[in-house]
Amino acid sequence: MGRKELGLAVLIVAIAAITAALNPQFLSTVNLMNMANLIGLFGIFSIGQGLIIITGGIDLSVGSIFALLGVVFLDLTANMGVAWPIALMVVLALGLVMGLVHGLLVTRLGLQPFVVTLCGLLIYRGAARYYTGDSTIGLGYAEGLDGLAWLAAGRSFGVPHSFLALIVVALVMGVVLHRSVFGRYLFAVGRNEEAARYSGIRTGAVVTGAYVLGGLLAAFSTILLVFYTSSVSPSSFGNFYELYAIAAAVLGGCSLRGGEGSVLGIVLGTVLLQILQNLVNILGIPSSLNFAVMGGVILIGALADRQLAQRRSAPAPVKGAVAAAE
Amino acid sequence: MLLELDGIGKSYPGVRALDDVSLNLTAGEVLGLVGENGAGKSTLMKVLGGVVRPDAGRIRLHGRDFPALTVAEAGAQGVAFVHQELSVFDNLDVAANVLMGREPVIGNRLWGGPLRLVDRRAARAQVAPLLARLGADFGPEAPVATLSIAQRQMVEIARALSMRARIIILDEPTSSLTLSETDRLLAAIAALRAAGTGIIYISHRLGEITTCADRVTCLRDGRVVGHLARGEINHATMTRLMIGRDLKSLYTPPATAPREAGGLSIEGLVTEAFPDRSIDLALRPGEILGLAGLVGAGRTSLARALFGVEPALAGRISLGGEELRIRNPREAIARGIYLVPEDRKRSGLVLDMSIAENVSLPDLPGHARAGLVRGASEAKAAEAQRQSLRIRAPGVAVNAGTLSGGNQQKVVLGKWLAMRPRALIFDEPTRGVDVGAKGEIYALMRGLADRGVAVLMISSDMEEVIGVSDRVAVMHEGRIAGMLERAEVDEPNILRLATGQQPERHMATAEAV
Repeated sequence: MGRKELGLAVLIVAIAAITAALNPQFLSTVNLMNMANLIGLFGIFSIGQGLIIITGGIDLSVGSIFALLGVVFLDLTANMGVAWPIALMVVLALGLVMGLVHGLLVTRLGLQPFVVTLCGLLIYRGAARYYTGDSTIGLGYAEGLDGLAWLAAGRSFGVPHSFLALIVVALVMGVVLHRSVFGRYLFAVGRNEEAARYSGIRTGAVVTGAYVLGGLLAAFSTILLVFYTSSVSPSSFGNFYELYAIAAAVLGGCSLRGGEGSVLGIVLGTVLLQILQNLVNILGIPSSLNFAVMGGVILIGALADRQLAQRRSAPAPVKGAVAAAE
Repeated sequence: MLLELDGIGKSYPGVRALDDVSLNLTAGEVLGLVGENGAGKSTLMKVLGGVVRPDAGRIRLHGRDFPALTVAEAGAQGVAFVHQELSVFDNLDVAANVLMGREPVIGNRLWGGPLRLVDRRAARAQVAPLLARLGADFGPEAPVATLSIAQRQMVEIARALSMRARIIILDEPTSSLTLSETDRLLAAIAALRAAGTGIIYISHRLGEITTCADRVTCLRDGRVVGHLARGEINHATMTRLMIGRDLKSLYTPPATAPREAGGLSIEGLVTEAFPDRSIDLALRPGEILGLAGLVGAGRTSLARALFGVEPALAGRISLGGEELRIRNPREAIARGIYLVPEDRKRSGLVLDMSIAENVSLPDLPGHARAGLVRGASEAKAAEAQRQSLRIRAPGVAVNAGTLSGGNQQKVVLGKWLAMRPRALIFDEPTRGVDVGAKGEIYALMRGLADRGVAVLMISSDMEEVIGVSDRVAVMHEGRIAGMLERAEVDEPNILRLATGQQPERHMATAEAV
């Protein structure tokens, strides 16, 4: 566990302790499991966002992907009666293709990730609203979805499946990012794309790979989110969720300059965000202040991190001196 | 006396960066400041610029004593820097750069006042005479983006002049300049000296110091180890002071003769930089072929084409008789053609990664099982390189960015030596590398050649080209202007070819051919 992750964990424990002291309901099983569910839902696509941020990119389209894939999934299952395994495959394939398109636009055509995914945000949202004529699609009484509903939104031993899914995804992506050749390439490309290319790395393929993984994880999250809300209203479903993901990744130590971050950090970032949301509810703070609390904590976190980084480098001017003398 | 430094000391925890350093500078003289990397030159200059506060000694400027300077005081006392890494704004024009922070404002009552509009005409009028004094071949309205590195340096010197600088410090001013540009810079320095400016000239290129310095002060390990007067300045005396012993020879002679067949052969190669020129060149295994020429002659384009960074538009590249298609660095690396790039911080290394991670980067699948990196395998390979290249670092887990220039260059080399090189291209291999490490890098290059690797060395450092190469190819405007055999390699011949003239043929040529 690095310095950032440790600091984040301490912060989480401190905030949780204060909240629990003010309202013991915070530690009730119902509340904890409710939070675990939300952490699972938000954590999975935040990891995808983190991978993209590590390449030096960003994905603003996540929330709109949820809306578009959500209406596609419900239309296939609830309206057209397609078997859910097929619908699931279609949704995952679409997520993969969207990620691939983003990646290729960034690497092959040299467009900026911000611009590409901003267009995605607008296009997918518009497509979702057009697809349903701007009306909400519900799960309704769709036949044969019970199995998937249990998988996506059920609980085992009281633990929500979304949380278990996050643990699995985090473990797999943790190994991919921190132990595999691909993960090392991600960090190298994010930090110094040119040196990576001069080392024979297919930098375009590596970056595209991150977008594809991001798209896949977003598609996977779509299914969980659909069963969480039971209906998709295309104009509001998933609104701002890309910003939750970016916030979690940044809180978790991903640098928007690329080349920095960890899966554990992103998960802890998600945990902190969800605790903050919960705290607003449970302490009776007006829920309209929700975003303001989140923004404030992120700002304080960024300031504290900056201070710590400076203090850490201050007592060791030897290194600086040698570098300066050379 | 413009400047006297008396007993300057500066300590950092564990390091005595400067210890009782004294030197002086009078108006109208050039003081050469030499020393290996880490000797304390830059720290001393930071003391002068007010960036670093000394903890002992006294700075006397124009007869006024200062225990320490602030940046503002240094500027006010007429101390100006021309930095090693250029700090110009290439999105602005020359006049804006020269007058940055001191822009003339339109004085008109209607337009002046709170809007503080910049008076562009006045700015250009102020800057034009400064450029003329330096003999610059560009005007104040030229966008800096269109200028060469040498011209940008002129912009920085003009900025120093515009601040009425009486002491100008040039830190490695020629490390990116071609020979003719260096000459022009040295001429500008001579003009400044004649006008009474005091100049401190820091350079690793001892030839330039010999040409332009009136006196030399040498630093080693934070101390002044000697002063040389005009008549005593030469390579041998300076080198002896810098490294504290006689340097027998920087250059290692070849142990074996190059073989004729099986090298890297280039026929009719066309690069993007010169689409109407083609290059033919044969590189023998076991030789070091120097590639000389002016900056912009197409040497780096050739290297980039061979390594697949900018694939060639046409032409054939073959290695050991086998024709290759090189469309990207990956394909070049797969064939054993490696490049040690010009800008190691940008293209050679990931500075935030460890030595081990940098060394394994081009061959990571070779250090992995089932797609997972084996840290032990990486560390072992990197440790082997650290020892054989004598990389001065506490271990292979330290970040490459913390190393000195010479040691960083060794890490770049370690990347390739951990694999199987057949042809190795060095682009400016010793830029920013101190004398001691230079010798080691030359010995490594020679060792590679003796093992049968074909070595191509691009260099703008004339001493290096002449000292290291077995043969020298000279490029001029996108083509090979001529090939000089060992016996005919000398500075006048290289210069003639580099500027598009014919070399003088010696008698030896006939024998060599």
